[in-house]
Amino acid sequence: MSKNIIMIDGNEAAAAVAHRSNEVIAIYPITPSSAMGEFSDEWSAKGKKNIWGTVPLVVEMQSEGGAAGTVHGALQTGALTTTFTASQGLLLMIPNMYKIAGELTSTVFHVAARAIAAHALSIYGDHQDVMAVRQTGWAMLSSGSVQEAQDFAAIAQAATLKARVPFLHFFDGFRTSHEVNKIIQLSDEELRLMLDDDLIRAHRARGLSPERPVLRGTAQNPDVYFQMREAANPYYAAVPAIAQEMMDKFAKVTGRHYNLFDYTGDPNAERVMIIMGSGGEVAEETANYLAAKGEKVGVLQIRLYRPFSVEHFIKALPKSVKSIAVLDRTKEPGAMGEPLYMDIVSALVEGSKLKVEGKASTFQPSNLPTVVGGRYGLSSKEFTPAMAKAVFDELSKPEPKNHFTVGINDDISNTSLSVDSSFSIENKGMVSCVFFGLGSDGTVGANKNSIKIIGEETENFAQGYFYYDSKKSGTVTMSHLRFGPKAIRAPYLIEANQANFVACHQYSFLERVDMLKYAKEGGIFLLNSLYGPEEIWDNLQQEVQQDIIKKKLRFYVINGYDVAEKTGMGGRMNTIMQTAFFAISGILPKEQAIEQIKYAIKKTYGKRGEAVVAKNFEAVDATVVNIYEVKVPAKVTSKTTRRLPVPNEAPIFVKDVLGQIINSDGDNIPVSAFPVDGTFPTGTTQWEKRNLALEIPVWNEDICIQCGKCVLICPHAVIRHKVYDEKALADAPETFKHMKSKFKEFGEGFAYTVQVAPEDCTGCTLCVEICPVKDKTAVGRKAINMEAQPPLREAEAKNWDFFMELPDVDRKLINPSTIKNAQLLRPLFEFSGACAGCGETPYVKLVSQLFGDRAVIANATGCSSIYGGNLPTTPWAKDVNGRGPAWSNSLFEDNAEFGLGMRLTIDKQKEYAEELLKSFEQTVGTELVTAILSADQADDAGIEAQRGRVEELKAKLEKSSDSRAKDLISLAENLVKKSVWIIGGDGWAYDIGYGGLDHVMASGRNVNILVLDTEVYSNTGGQSSKSTPRAAVAKFAMGGKGMPKKDLGLIAMSYGYVYVAKVAMGANDQQTLKALLEAESYDGPSLVIAYSPCIAHGYDMARSLDQAKLAVQSGHWPIFRYDPRLAIEGKNPLQIESKEPSIPFSQYAYNETRYKMLTQMNEERAEELMKEAQQDAKSRWTLYQQMASMHYGNGDSESK
Amino acid sequence: MTNLSTTYLGLKLKNPLVASASPLSKKIDKAIKLEEAGVSAIVMYSLFEEQIIHESLELDHFLSRNTDSFAEALSYLPDGGMYAIRPEKYLNQVAGLKKALGIPVIGSLNGVSKGGWTTYAKRIEEAGADALELNLYFLSTDPNLTAAELETAQVELVAEVKSSIKIPLAVKLSPFVTSLPNFAKRIVDAGANGLVLFNRFYQPDFDLDELDIIHSLDLSSSAELRLPLRWVSILYGKVNADYALTSGVHSANDVLKAMMAGAKVAMMASNLLHNGEKVIPSMLESLQTWMKEREYKSIEQMQGSMSQKNVREPAAFERANYMKVLNSWRDLP
Repeated sequence: MSKNIIMIDGNEAAAAVAHRSNEVIAIYPITPSSAMGEFSDEWSAKGKKNIWGTVPLVVEMQSEGGAAGTVHGALQTGALTTTFTASQGLLLMIPNMYKIAGELTSTVFHVAARAIAAHALSIYGDHQDVMAVRQTGWAMLSSGSVQEAQDFAAIAQAATLKARVPFLHFFDGFRTSHEVNKIIQLSDEELRLMLDDDLIRAHRARGLSPERPVLRGTAQNPDVYFQMREAANPYYAAVPAIAQEMMDKFAKVTGRHYNLFDYTGDPNAERVMIIMGSGGEVAEETANYLAAKGEKVGVLQIRLYRPFSVEHFIKALPKSVKSIAVLDRTKEPGAMGEPLYMDIVSALVEGSKLKVEGKASTFQPSNLPTVVGGRYGLSSKEFTPAMAKAVFDELSKPEPKNHFTVGINDDISNTSLSVDSSFSIENKGMVSCVFFGLGSDGTVGANKNSIKIIGEETENFAQGYFYYDSKKSGTVTMSHLRFGPKAIRAPYLIEANQANFVACHQYSFLERVDMLKYAKEGGIFLLNSLYGPEEIWDNLQQEVQQDIIKKKLRFYVINGYDVAEKTGMGGRMNTIMQTAFFAISGILPKEQAIEQIKYAIKKTYGKRGEAVVAKNFEAVDATVVNIYEVKVPAKVTSKTTRRLPVPNEAPIFVKDVLGQIINSDGDNIPVSAFPVDGTFPTGTTQWEKRNLALEIPVWNEDICIQCGKCVLICPHAVIRHKVYDEKALADAPETFKHMKSKFKEFGEGFAYTVQVAPEDCTGCTLCVEICPVKDKTAVGRKAINMEAQPPLREAEAKNWDFFMELPDVDRKLINPSTIKNAQLLRPLFEFSGACAGCGETPYVKLVSQLFGDRAVIANATGCSSIYGGNLPTTPWAKDVNGRGPAWSNSLFEDNAEFGLGMRLTIDKQKEYAEELLKSFEQTVGTELVTAILSADQADDAGIEAQRGRVEELKAKLEKSSDSRAKDLISLAENLVKKSVWIIGGDGWAYDIGYGGLDHVMASGRNVNILVLDTEVYSNTGGQSSKSTPRAAVAKFAMGGKGMPKKDLGLIAMSYGYVYVAKVAMGANDQQTLKALLEAESYDGPSLVIAYSPCIAHGYDMARSLDQAKLAVQSGHWPIFRYDPRLAIEGKNPLQIESKEPSIPFSQYAYNETRYKMLTQMNEERAEELMKEAQQDAKSRWTLYQQMASMHYGNGDSESK
Repeated sequence: MTNLSTTYLGLKLKNPLVASASPLSKKIDKAIKLEEAGVSAIVMYSLFEEQIIHESLELDHFLSRNTDSFAEALSYLPDGGMYAIRPEKYLNQVAGLKKALGIPVIGSLNGVSKGGWTTYAKRIEEAGADALELNLYFLSTDPNLTAAELETAQVELVAEVKSSIKIPLAVKLSPFVTSLPNFAKRIVDAGANGLVLFNRFYQPDFDLDELDIIHSLDLSSSAELRLPLRWVSILYGKVNADYALTSGVHSANDVLKAMMAGAKVAMMASNLLHNGEKVIPSMLESLQTWMKEREYKSIEQMQGSMSQKNVREPAAFERANYMKVLNSWRDLP
């Protein structure tokens, strides 16, 4: 059979087998496994068949729990069924996993193993998730590389069919799931040979059918449950042999041989490391390297972790072993040791009593090797050869450290091993390249292409791994490419002083990122430069010059920006820098490289039209003639230095911890620097100046009408306006702009300023778009206009600092019912890492302004929890009094319940405080008690007055030694109104969290629910939710969603006592404001569903205000408020604030790629769905109209 | 029986009523209805090269935007499909119409790039079009660009396209030319077999509330017939080409006028968009009736009969005519 060599990542490798060997696939997105579901959906949408010639049915569920249930059902009726998941998703599958195993059902779940949310969420890889299901009765097969991810997917599928025990096939999230490596593709024929048709038919025959009715899922009693739990034991006992049989069969079919336990290293090793997953590759390479130098070391890689075969384990372990280190990529606080360590200890003890092939075991109870356990690699923490060596070194010690950690500096419990970071393994002939790009410039895409070219078009082995930072806009990406004549088994990043080639694709990164630390002596540095070869040297920072000279780098520049502009590439540097890389590096002859690049361009972009291909071709040709080598002077001449990550005046924690994270040096922060429980200070984004915008808004005070709309819409809170005493202007910086205040309510003598934070702006232009003022002499000019940032940066930064020092208007004096007044309230959500032009954050920010000083926020996992809570710096902030939103993220699925819990605490503690208060009436005085208990806290003045009373109360109780008085002091803050906000996206509210949301609404409790409805799972990359409208294309709905958008508002209204509003800020900001104020004032559950434009919709976000208007005008997004208080007054509670649809739905929809692309993919279906979507809008409108015109009686109790 | 047949660009047509470039040709079933109702040929909607480029770049932009930036979302839209970006869509439609219809199908092209015009002209020919209409639309906003330069470039373009295809070529002109007869002559000399008068431009409007530019599509009325009528009359017999009159054709009378001015065909869109294909049979019937009543034997007989060279007062088409209209207004009671 001819071998097909391909460059793919682990997710694709596993999914390709799963899709070809199943009939039903139930999916739900979760990082880092989402791509497996996406591939499956895409392949099925395109009609790709499985090896039996039928297209697998792929269905997206509302949660992983739902996916597991569906899988269970499909299995129970006899279909070959699979799913993909990770982390919390796998935990949600646990109940069904017990069932599936208990019923001895053949299936494979493919897991991109990931950390579990504990003190914090992490999307990165470790074994915490898979270790949490080891007790469910599933066989567990571990892959350590991309090749294995494919091969073991097939072996697991073959084994489960024979063993009847379900298999969990897992590989390391990101490290394997996202690593691109050169593998030998498993052909359909090979896969076909692995899977036994008789076993498949047997599986089918076990399926439930009324033709041969049986019953499964009985309820059992003490008399028999136990026995039946034991009845399946022989099946488990048989699994190891079956798995090995399938591995042997696989070897026959493909030539690649695996074992349940694979040993590598010195056959007479005395020190052995036992490990699972990608870390095994690092350990093996290190062991081989050390063994070649005479060290008696080896590595035992565990493939089949469950059922754990003591017999196979003992057989695989060298007899010579004296000390063993078991490495766990997980953490089990409170356990005697991590699970793999505990298993190995038990296995050795049991193994010592075991007879292997009739002979006594190698290991005797009296002479067992020393075993220590260690933790490594949590949340994709690097595990390098230096760390592996540290483990072997530790084993040489007479008493090696047990329960150690490696890869971190644990200066609290002193668990960590010291690592010699200068140690590395030579891989002769291997070339390492590191590329720094901006998220949106295409660098990663180009490097994926490059490594594919190198891997598939040359004899070289090749590997690509890509690293992203935590913000959604203006992110720095790092691409790590390796290639060379030997197989690359290096699942770790390219380390300092190891890169033969370093490329900086964005000139501005030089001032903040230390990239040349990666460069090897004599390596190449390629810079996308605004300056030519003659001028560049004088524009480099001292540190950069120093590195270039010291490391004797060959230095090249290309003005990629200029090439991009001339060839219509815009901000995309991909093709240009890729061409430059090939031109300089000489990996391929120039002509061949260009031919390959062009071929790849055609393949990647050809389907998007000829113009795209032509543009890229032009860029390739223009690049070749624009690369220059720089003559490097002998001395450092620069006067400038690299920027500090945060300014010196930042608080110590921000400087020492967050600053170091910003500086890409978080790996070196010791354990002691961190909070022990995941609690962080708020208001830290203000210290991270990201300088993303090329152009920033500039205020034109001559024509401004002080409406505050620019302040309202700014997604990043970088535009503020203030009314202040004009006397303060005496100290104003020279360029500080101001005008006379038009806010009559504050009286005379006040000045007004709109100020922009120049270093925090993302340049989205929404402020300009929303500005209602047009210059009468040139209507193109507004009261706010975009201008180049660099010349303004310094002066405006000073102006911003001065502006922030000006006192805020007292909240008590502000009536927030108009936009201009509400925008005087200080945003307590600022400078988040959300995308430029984000449609969610303006709502979040408005909530923070209106209620932030008294808000507790439960935030569902999703975009809002990531831009709201991802390190290093976070956007939730404090006011001048130190008050501000207290924020937390529990999970994706439980956010409504999480928020309800917060409400219950406040309600209970308020009640208790009131009870205590009454009992202290004589001590503190009846007047104060009555005033506190009867306080009207409907507005800020009322709340402020109550805060005063509570302070007075505390002062009066301060000296009391009565423990009840102390209790009252500790509870008294609950006597002041607190506002509970439950915030999340549509993936949470419509799908995974809907059951909880429904229950919390039904509870009648006073919670405020804000649904940021982007109509897709934005955070995981645009998968379809039940909010996705009909006719829109989304991931998991590649053929256009065929069902209409769920009407969450209508469902909520059916309760009658839930305040419901549907708002669209871009269409009607005043209605949005009104709805939020009403929702908060309503003493019961409130639901506000907010139209949230998102980049996943596929249009220029600057047009999102127009789109919001069209959404409303077309009837797609009718805006309304449903206030149950009106029903009590005998009025109809539903007030529709949009007009009858006046434009066709298509006029709105076809401005967005998500709808338009369906016309390009399948015009007929697009037309049909568009017709139905039009009808959806019409029907919705008709229904609402009828509801709004219903008679609600005269206000008596019966009419409610 | 009166003979309604005519020839246009060498194509034998059963009558002079042609459906001009409009969205009607986007649907095969609509086109079939037009044929059944009696139109003698169909000019397709235009293939706009600029739009193809725009569509392609737009799709690429939004599929690429923010990709590979954030670990959880390496893309935001699925990108698995084969996209029917025009020209494929257009060319498939040419082929589809040819297959579905018995009447001639005339492709229509509006290019922007040098290579675009000839490439797409060839591809439209290959897709089966019976003839090609070039939609020469270029609005100059550059004060340094002279009329001569622009006209020369357009003439060269026509020559280039003509040399790249074998099917007949018509050129749709703008009325805003200083010396239309000269330009028309140069276009015909460059190889155009026919001239289509005129391209109808949608003009932007101002929104006084929003101080914004607005675009709206206004359908033509019979009153607009006057402009092409005048110019077909003037050019007929002076510049040797097959004329198609378009803009303002709404009734049988309009068709008759077009024929008498010298057109080989009258092209209609607005009326069809507004009222559907049902207007065609009655128009053709009225045409027959009118001709029968006045004993015209054929369309050919009347073609050019009221052109400038064939009327008693040729000056009626020139400036004097303008003065007369003004006077006539003054004379009104």
